[in-house]
Amino acid sequence: MDFSLSGEQQQLRDSVRGWLKSHHGFEHRRAISRSESGWDAATWTAFADDLGILSLADIAVPHDAVTVMVVMEELGEALITVPFLETVVTGAAVLRAAGGEAAQALSDGIIAGDVRLALAWAEPDTRYGWQPRTTRAVREGNGWRLDGLKSVVVGAPWATHLIVSALTDTGTSLFVVAPDAIGVSLMSYPTIDGRRAADVRFEGVVLSGDALLGEEGAALPVLERVGDISIAAMGAEAVGVMRRMLADTIEYTGQRKQFGQPIASFQVLQHRMVDMFMQIEMATSAVYLATLRLEAEPAERARAASVAKVTIGEACRFVGQNAVQLHGGMGMTDDAAVSHYFKRATVIEGEFGTTDHHVERFISVAG
Amino acid sequence: MDLLIDADDLAFVDEARIFFERDYPRDIIDKARAGIVLTRDDHVRAQQALQARGWLGVGWPAEHGGPGWTPVRRYLFEQELERAGALSIIPMAVIYIGPIVCAFGTPEQQAHWLPDILESRAMWAQGYSEPESGSDLASLAMTATRDGDDFILQGSKIWTSGAHWADWIFCLVRTEKTARKQDGISMICVDMRTPGVEVRPIITMDGSHELNQVRFDAVRVPATNLIGEEGRGWYYANVLLSAERVSYAHVGRKRADLAALAVLGEERLGANNGFRQRLARAGIMLDVVEISVLRVLTGDAEPAAVSGLKIACTQLAQEITALWVELAGRDRSALVDRSAAGWSAQAPAVPGFAVTRTASYLFERAQTIYGGSTEVQKTIVWRHLARGGALGRRA
Repeated sequence: MDFSLSGEQQQLRDSVRGWLKSHHGFEHRRAISRSESGWDAATWTAFADDLGILSLADIAVPHDAVTVMVVMEELGEALITVPFLETVVTGAAVLRAAGGEAAQALSDGIIAGDVRLALAWAEPDTRYGWQPRTTRAVREGNGWRLDGLKSVVVGAPWATHLIVSALTDTGTSLFVVAPDAIGVSLMSYPTIDGRRAADVRFEGVVLSGDALLGEEGAALPVLERVGDISIAAMGAEAVGVMRRMLADTIEYTGQRKQFGQPIASFQVLQHRMVDMFMQIEMATSAVYLATLRLEAEPAERARAASVAKVTIGEACRFVGQNAVQLHGGMGMTDDAAVSHYFKRATVIEGEFGTTDHHVERFISVAG
Repeated sequence: MDLLIDADDLAFVDEARIFFERDYPRDIIDKARAGIVLTRDDHVRAQQALQARGWLGVGWPAEHGGPGWTPVRRYLFEQELERAGALSIIPMAVIYIGPIVCAFGTPEQQAHWLPDILESRAMWAQGYSEPESGSDLASLAMTATRDGDDFILQGSKIWTSGAHWADWIFCLVRTEKTARKQDGISMICVDMRTPGVEVRPIITMDGSHELNQVRFDAVRVPATNLIGEEGRGWYYANVLLSAERVSYAHVGRKRADLAALAVLGEERLGANNGFRQRLARAGIMLDVVEISVLRVLTGDAEPAAVSGLKIACTQLAQEITALWVELAGRDRSALVDRSAAGWSAQAPAVPGFAVTRTASYLFERAQTIYGGSTEVQKTIVWRHLARGGALGRRA
């Protein structure tokens, strides 16, 4: 049993934190998320060149879940907009499961800062199930023909490649699709947390044979695992998001004076902030559990991920809502950083399964 | 004791139901249902439709143009309005200041302001909170200094709903420095076009513009705009606040929401027990809240219970928005501009409710903050209990 970080991991954490602190303040974040494309090229380039954290997408080596956890917590605290989760965690996990030359080429592209991925999996009627209902790929000559509609593909407007789940004759399969291919249309929009997503329609998209990623019909267990990897990493991000909300709330209530004293001197608010802290501590433990069980057999891995998602979801809601509440009217405004953190926490609560969803999944895997 | 509704009131319910079906602007109900952002003109037309029937001045006595309803009849009216999906009356003029002017205004003030409110020629805003005075409202610092026949106003109000639509604003101002802070507060009405009044928008986290900061720089206001007596503003405001607290209940709207959630929940989630249980609990709470509201309206509940009810109503409202967001699942993320019809085409794979209800989830966080935060309400209730209020009327 050892929960300590290696010297290398500590160094990486410090350099990521230092860089974000000096280059990714809240004003930078605000300006980026309000820009037309929402794309933060400077941060992505620095992730590739200065910090080297895009190399965590290298599929030639095993997934380094603990280092990802350490990095994600820092990214959460800085409320980054760039698709690190979507590309380096979720996307690379799909590539790693698929293996092969094409996947390695994409992995190399990510590390160089040239490739950004978005996983198009959800459809209007699938909710959190990984199996597509209407998106289909049928064989045509040596390749495929793809039709369907995917909803809220986070990061799609920034992506160089989409990874698309589709039904084929033998089950669920994954394909690499260029967003600008003929027959692909992106209906892009901002997300409530200041990022970008798109609903993506595929109409008779012609794909070559090598667009298939991994084995045909074998994608469901891959996606289950990718989901759990994503939950662990996103949970670490959530911990960073929540730590910032608690720190901001403590600072605000320490400065805000009513009834002739800082409102933090009222015990009811002190205890609320203690409750927030306790929720964050539970979430931290839950993230450790999910992260350290990623290599366990599927049922055990799934159980840990669902335990984590339930704990993180409840913490995100409690900490987020109370951070806003204790900021009073200020917390409601677009000007206050806390409202933006709250919205990210709200999105995290709903990504890869809500609390209710994972309570049900826990029941089904815990037996 | 009984829960029976009089035959007269039952007949009124039918009348109201038919009114909303036939005589209320259908296009406004459709626009609200479609989640398109409503304009000032939409609200004006909606209120004019109510007034055409004499049903706008809900809490006003008949001699000032109100319908002269009993509290129960008013409640039934609001139920029907919300059931029909009609727009809630914007409270600042009709619900908050109107009854005060009826009760404490001079005949000249009544003649000047009340008809414009009933005919929706004038919209009003409420100027209470200040940047440094929120929960501790009695510490407010905006001053009104007497200068001949006028007052000169200096200061700033914040979280002012609809100030950008308003023609008038009623403000709590400090006219005197007194030992007890509340005693130096007066209520005065200001024409928003007066030189020195400046409205700055506050954009809330759902991206909407409803709130504002209003600055008053040497604003000259005739002393005849003062409500009642100088130094009595706190009293008038508290008469307002209790009306405000019950108007939060929106039982009809909550019922409509729960019914819609049950249908959509079945469609989208099937037999998810967590969701069904939460929905059921919200329904259980709503049944109880409704009785509490009726107790308040018929004078059965004490003032402290009204504070408690504000907490219950707003928490239930927030739980309902949370159920909607649960139902939205990951579709909660989509943010689209809803200013024009056909907005849902911007995100064709996302159901419209996910967009509108997520915006509500974010905006309704304010419910437990405004009108006296939950924490402040609890302090009010505690003061009552500490004075021996625990045994209620049996004491």
